[in-house]
Amino acid sequence: MTSLLSIENLHVAVDGKPILQGVNLKISQGEVHALMGPNGCGKSTLAYSIAGHPKYDITEGTVKIDGIELLDLDPNERARLGLFLAFQYPVTIPGVKVADFLRHAVSNVRNPNRKEGEPLMSMKDFRQELRQQMQKLDMESEFARRYLNDGFSGGEKKRMEILQLAMLKPKFAMLDETHSGLDSDAVKVVGEGLKRLSGPEMGVLIITHHERLLEFNPPNFTHVMLAGRIVEIGDASLAQELHANGYATIRQRYPEAAAEEEPENVVTTTS
Amino acid sequence: MATDLKNDVDVGDYQFGFHDPTDEYVFKSRKGIDAEIVRQISQMKKEPKWMLDFRLKSLEIFFQKPIPTWGGELSDLDFQDIYYYVKASEREEQNWDDVPDDIRKTYDRLGIPEAEKKYLAGVKAQYESEVVYGSLQEDLAKQGVIFTDTDSGLRDHEDLLKEYFGTIIPPSDNKFAALNSAVWSGGSFVYVPPGVHIEFPLQAYFRINSENMGQFERTLVIVDEGASAHYVEGCTAPTYSSESLHSAVVEIVVKRNGRFRYTTIQNWSNNVYNLVTKRAMAYGDSVMEWVDGNLGSKLTMKYPAIYLMEPGARGETLSIAFAGDSQHQDAGSKMVHCAPHTSSRVVSKSISKDGGRSSYRGLVKVNPGATDCKSNVVCDALMLDESSRSDTYPYIEIEEDDVAIEHEASVSKIGEEQLFYLMSRGLSETEASSMIVTGFIEPLVKELPMEYAVELNRLIELQMEGSVG
Repeated sequence: MTSLLSIENLHVAVDGKPILQGVNLKISQGEVHALMGPNGCGKSTLAYSIAGHPKYDITEGTVKIDGIELLDLDPNERARLGLFLAFQYPVTIPGVKVADFLRHAVSNVRNPNRKEGEPLMSMKDFRQELRQQMQKLDMESEFARRYLNDGFSGGEKKRMEILQLAMLKPKFAMLDETHSGLDSDAVKVVGEGLKRLSGPEMGVLIITHHERLLEFNPPNFTHVMLAGRIVEIGDASLAQELHANGYATIRQRYPEAAAEEEPENVVTTTS
Repeated sequence: MATDLKNDVDVGDYQFGFHDPTDEYVFKSRKGIDAEIVRQISQMKKEPKWMLDFRLKSLEIFFQKPIPTWGGELSDLDFQDIYYYVKASEREEQNWDDVPDDIRKTYDRLGIPEAEKKYLAGVKAQYESEVVYGSLQEDLAKQGVIFTDTDSGLRDHEDLLKEYFGTIIPPSDNKFAALNSAVWSGGSFVYVPPGVHIEFPLQAYFRINSENMGQFERTLVIVDEGASAHYVEGCTAPTYSSESLHSAVVEIVVKRNGRFRYTTIQNWSNNVYNLVTKRAMAYGDSVMEWVDGNLGSKLTMKYPAIYLMEPGARGETLSIAFAGDSQHQDAGSKMVHCAPHTSSRVVSKSISKDGGRSSYRGLVKVNPGATDCKSNVVCDALMLDESSRSDTYPYIEIEEDDVAIEHEASVSKIGEEQLFYLMSRGLSETEASSMIVTGFIEPLVKELPMEYAVELNRLIELQMEGSVG
């Protein structure tokens, strides 16, 4: 069965301020969706809301995987249903070794009913699989003993996110690559990694302005967001058009939404 | 032969028949403290007169000194409501059924063997491990190492003990040092001869004599020139005590080019006042390290000190404190630079949760003439909830210009972003918090002997369960 991630009429507020105002989006396993839009339109908010960040208040709407409501679940339960978010800025956890963290994560995600204190995935199988995946990402084995994202370069952090994606094999992966400041190494890591890992088993939502990311992973669908709503859906050519022309034409086509946009310098949504 | 060696070391209890309940020397002091009690203790132990005099003088000092008003709350402590001396073999054994449920559960979950559980819980007065002890002891004795309890040390190595006893921490140092000096019993006496390196940690825990777990133990360690050793005391598993006061004194001398590490993990039950004085004198080019972990007790006040006596001496303290519900960990370290070209480092990590309070209290002192000194102090505190508390009291007294002193302190809360990141990878909130806490103390835990590190991490996982979510 092909799984479906379905977002309907999603309204989200941060600190009482509405950010998303009725988002509808359906992603099937095997599809690649690009989400684009000017800064502050709510792209990252959508991803974090779906993943369950406590800062975001869901005021209306539903988010379901195969009919199961995610909004009632903790972030870890959503992950165990097959959801993954690659962070724009992965968080540093000092003192926690990459391998220890990943072994816990993999054990829980592959055995969703695992309770605290129950056995983890066997060390032997885990190590073997981790080593293979790290080799594919050109990561030295020493990496597994480093502390999670502690002192990692930008490129290393991206490798770490892609390594997690490779190990957790989610049904739905969201990649928050909003920031335009990605260096070329990071773009290559994410672009190639995603290309290698995506396939019929994975639905992808990639949030980016980056032409090259989408060149590696041509989207089946491109969604354009303006002022907290998805205003237009197209194919890969829409993404190319936006790269070429920016959002001016979109704003012209959707003047009502454009009128609701906040001036960019006062918008404070997460990255 | 192992048996002979065993007799050498442990002869005390048997020789004086304290082990035999029908023996005429059976003794348990009444509650409270006065000169008569102190005389009784000394008499029971058949001590030389100088030790009795030392005890009596210390008792006077104890009475004279006011109770400290800084640090933790001590006003509930009633010195007259405490037994100051109960012979180990006569110590009232707890009924296993009286040991609190949560402690028993923790033993089970840590997988502690039955015999050891009962010892830790005070059900059994002694933890028998002659086999382990005997062979190690033999090996050590060949090298001239002395590793015994302090009562035996006084009997069998009086001159050596007398030379150092009470010189590093005189009774006048503080009220609790004076109290310990008056009523001390048990503890370890260690001497490492010049140039001898002891590769494995000396563990008080595995000693036959049970008095190392006593209330007023007195430890003296002498590491001679160019020698090295690592001593480990306490244990990570909860130590149940029905007595409310634990007040130890630990004196260390590390001579030229010597190297010594003293590791403590205390996990006293939550009714215990743990008021301990620890001090080391480090001589030329020697290295002294305290690794000090405080998990249990109601109130701990403990600031392991290192006096850097001669050029080239280096001192280091690694301190972990975990303060849970109704606990106060007032811990830290003192580094006193008495000579030029000396260096010190303090790393303190404290965690407070469920309304617990942890305080770092530390002193860096540079005496006149102690030029070219370096000191680096780093204190990190982690708070798990709003009701918990963390304080830092760094005292710095510098009487010399040419020194480099650094102090950094940070307080952080378990970040929402860290929790979310880990949870978005499938970790439950408890697993995520526990992983963050384990990671926070990892720099210290990796300094511990393996079995302690494993058990400490497991214990923190247990403590974290139910503390969140």
